[in-house]
Amino acid sequence: MGSYVPVTEKDREEMLQRIGIDSMDDLFSMIPDDVKIKGGLDLPGGMSELQVRRAMEKMAAKNKVFPVMFRGAGAYRHFIPSIVKSVISNETFLTAYTPYQAEISQGVLQSIFEYQTMICELTGMDVSNASVYDGATAAAEAVAMCRDRKKKKAFVSMTAHPQVVDTVKTYCFGNEMELVLIPEKDGVTDLDFLKENLDKETACVYIQHPNYYGNLEDASAVGELAHECKAKFIMGVNPISLGLLKTPREYGADVAVGDGQPLGLPLAFGGPYLGFMSCTSEMMRKLPGRIVGETKDRDGRTGYVLTLQAREQHIRREKASSNICSNQALCALAVGVYLSAMGAEGLRDAACQCTSKAHYLAEGLSRIGFTVENKGEFFHEFVTSSDRSSSEVLKVLEESDILGGYPLDESRILWCCTEMNTKEEMDTVVRILEGGAESC
Amino acid sequence: MSNVVEGLFYTKSHEWVKFEDDTTAVIGLTDYAQGELGSLVFVNLPEEEDEVTVGEAFADVESVKAVSDVYSPVTGIVAEVNEDLMDEPEKINSEPYDAWFVKVKDITDKEEFLSAEEYTAFVESEQA
Amino acid sequence: MLIFEKSKKGRHLSLLPPLDVPAVELTGGNQREQELHLPEVSENELSRHYSELAKKTHGVNDGFYPLGSCTMKYNPKINDEMAGLSGFTEVHPLQPLHTVQGCLEVLQTAERYLSEITGMDRMTFQPAAGAHGEFTGLLLMKAYHHARNEQNRTKIIVPDSAHGTNPASAAMAGYSVVSIPSREDGCVDLEKLREAVGEDTAGLMLTNPNTVGLFDKNILEITRIVHEAGGLCYYDGANLNAVMGTVRPGDMGFDVIHLNLHKTFSTPHGGGGPGSGAVGCKNLLAEFLPVDLTEGKGAYYFVDPEHSIGRVKSFYGNFLVVVRALTYLLTLGKEGIPEASTHAVLNANYMMACLKDKYTMAYDEICMHEFVMSLKDLKKDTGVSALDISKGLLDNGIHPPTMYFPLIVEEALMVEPTETETKETLDEAVEVFLQLYETAHKDAESLHLAPLHTPITRLDEVEAARHPKLRYEII
Repeated sequence: MGSYVPVTEKDREEMLQRIGIDSMDDLFSMIPDDVKIKGGLDLPGGMSELQVRRAMEKMAAKNKVFPVMFRGAGAYRHFIPSIVKSVISNETFLTAYTPYQAEISQGVLQSIFEYQTMICELTGMDVSNASVYDGATAAAEAVAMCRDRKKKKAFVSMTAHPQVVDTVKTYCFGNEMELVLIPEKDGVTDLDFLKENLDKETACVYIQHPNYYGNLEDASAVGELAHECKAKFIMGVNPISLGLLKTPREYGADVAVGDGQPLGLPLAFGGPYLGFMSCTSEMMRKLPGRIVGETKDRDGRTGYVLTLQAREQHIRREKASSNICSNQALCALAVGVYLSAMGAEGLRDAACQCTSKAHYLAEGLSRIGFTVENKGEFFHEFVTSSDRSSSEVLKVLEESDILGGYPLDESRILWCCTEMNTKEEMDTVVRILEGGAESC
Repeated sequence: MSNVVEGLFYTKSHEWVKFEDDTTAVIGLTDYAQGELGSLVFVNLPEEEDEVTVGEAFADVESVKAVSDVYSPVTGIVAEVNEDLMDEPEKINSEPYDAWFVKVKDITDKEEFLSAEEYTAFVESEQA
Repeated sequence: MLIFEKSKKGRHLSLLPPLDVPAVELTGGNQREQELHLPEVSENELSRHYSELAKKTHGVNDGFYPLGSCTMKYNPKINDEMAGLSGFTEVHPLQPLHTVQGCLEVLQTAERYLSEITGMDRMTFQPAAGAHGEFTGLLLMKAYHHARNEQNRTKIIVPDSAHGTNPASAAMAGYSVVSIPSREDGCVDLEKLREAVGEDTAGLMLTNPNTVGLFDKNILEITRIVHEAGGLCYYDGANLNAVMGTVRPGDMGFDVIHLNLHKTFSTPHGGGGPGSGAVGCKNLLAEFLPVDLTEGKGAYYFVDPEHSIGRVKSFYGNFLVVVRALTYLLTLGKEGIPEASTHAVLNANYMMACLKDKYTMAYDEICMHEFVMSLKDLKKDTGVSALDISKGLLDNGIHPPTMYFPLIVEEALMVEPTETETKETLDEAVEVFLQLYETAHKDAESLHLAPLHTPITRLDEVEAARHPKLRYEII
């Protein structure tokens, strides 16, 4: 069996003697016999490292890794520079815990401070936290932070990612905020619905931009409507798109959130990712999660420390507005390295490549009979409809080791392109599907 | 020894109260309270026109590692809030009797107050 | 020096090839106007920057880390290597099911192991951390009571010795918290519990062993009292490392639990995350679990429980963390899992035995995987506080224990050595603790000034909070 216990037989005897007991069983004498397990755990025996490796590799091998991918829908395959992997495999970063002891945690704390600065730069906001679990929980926490005694209603657009909407819904079941879903109209948030339904009990309005279908929303208009009734405006954004697109601040948002996965984190079957959260300085004290601040030590040297802690659960307990106590520190570290490696120009280039390629593929697909549903501008995702069944289309591509777009239903497919997709790959998709049409 | 100012009313939860007339009063935290709480870093205050009720928390003060409620010794409506404290919470530490939290109007109820002398004795008994 | 301060215009890495299709610029007023400042550095500078930061950090790999309640055990390297297999990292979460059978097998196998260890019937891996698991578990309880038309059950009972996340999670789930005082030994006061339960009780949140490191002997009576009042029992799995293979939360009467895979199951903490807060429950709550439960034999698929609370996070949780935990579970197996726990308890008791002649133990009896010292007397005698001793430990290369928790013990230090430390490491740490005790009596001032040998000395936290500076201002 495998074991990481280094205590030897001889050590054990000495230790038991020092404790003043005779056997290991005596350590558990305070546990009543009637609750103890009889006959041990019903599990297979342990394994050597080589056996475990074989077993895990066998499971990994049962998954198919697509060399070519046109699927996004909330998880995106982007280029990850080698330096990112190198830094986050550093054993110290990997095995440290929350930086409670600032004197021996300056590395982690500084990396978070740098991350916070980069998130503020990306989103144009004043303050960022140290990250939360993912984009969906970031949206849910953002909605919760806007609630106050008199405002308990949240408007969430149905053009946001369905899993984000579902997560917000679950959080609202918890905190008993009223959730109003804003319907979709022509692929974007229905502004007329907002005009008619926003009221003074509204705490916030949440939209995603670019939205689930890749469309750009009339974000400024949503923000103005929200502010007219003194509600907060929350935007969920794709961080890569911020290389090109207006910042949430420019659109008038009070809170900006999103999933940081595109910034250097692998797809990894859905996680770990990271949720970023930033806001205006007026809302700073309402921001949940860890926050790192700069200060001085006794000798006047600059240092970093967890701050504004009185907002948090370990102090405020049941009066805290969120229970979150960890961040996704290692993922935040990856984001920091990624953004430093890319630089502003690199990020802009990646964003430009994403949108250019998405438009190239969209054109190719429309040439062979698919209808591009997006009426206005789109970023790196778009929806096609066709009389060919989605599952057939995707199956044909899969046979050539290509993961096609995400099927929204039997006629509509949500496609995504990133800088990872070459012209050749996109031409291949079009060629295969063109051939498929002929053979039908 | 903490400072107790003559002429103010005090509570056992360490607030001071200064009446401007029968139904209007200013409320703050005593010197003893600020000393016990340590360096304060933030204060959460109510908004104007909020109702406050005898014995219920109307604000809280944060130190680095703790948060403590501040209780209202009167029932009434918040007329004014000392927003300067938001930027300079350290004033509660340095000048507790100038660093008022709120002015309450339309007071309809109040708890039994201690005089400066009674409060001094109370604090001494707390420390013992 | 911050990475931004090392930035120089014109430096960059060569990462992407030129665009191979016609460039498309977005128009319509959506272009970014606000300037974007990100560091402009070379790869060499970047690499050195983070090496420098790593040197200013202490991880389990750098030395002893007896941080109570956090189970900072060794993080086996094979776990990370398996989590790095491309068959796991390069898989899109929305791939067709037949192309991700290995991922589902990971989830189902981990569920089987962890359900057996905890005595639960079903488990979800969607929650990303312990606190997230608590929130999820409480929502299961809420959904259960609502399904039985018992919306009046609005109160969660939490002992005053509980982790701060417990009451905060209860509040997030819309519950009001009834805090009950613990007995002097940190255990639940049965009389107080009986007084607290009633028709409005939704449930009880408890960790056992409790936060002072003792196993609550009355556990069956405790869960019975709650059940008889119509409430449910929630187990906070933070302290599971003490009892794996000896006793199961399910057998103690708990209905729902969360685990911290990053504590008990050896996945690295990553400086504060990612973790995994898997939630297990008995059958009576299974129909309310979050969506995407794994089902099937041989061919696996996802199902949504009939009355699911919905989704608490995107996709299936922190999957790569589950891969690491499963690697660990397979390695330890039937015998290794209890061996880990019994030796965690052995190490804690050994350290306590070596320290108790000098340091006052909050509870001087056999402890579980951690023990709590009270430095109240030391502080009275010498002026040296739990904080000072902790800072003295930093100068000796040891991460301090958890300070000032649980709240019911004055000047508390909570020590959790874990099972992966050698007797020699424990002996060395004991030696340091005893030396600091001597120093406290001879030269208290030096401890008030500690640490002196760390990259920085004590920071001005008051100033940090009064006038927050939360980002670098780019000039």
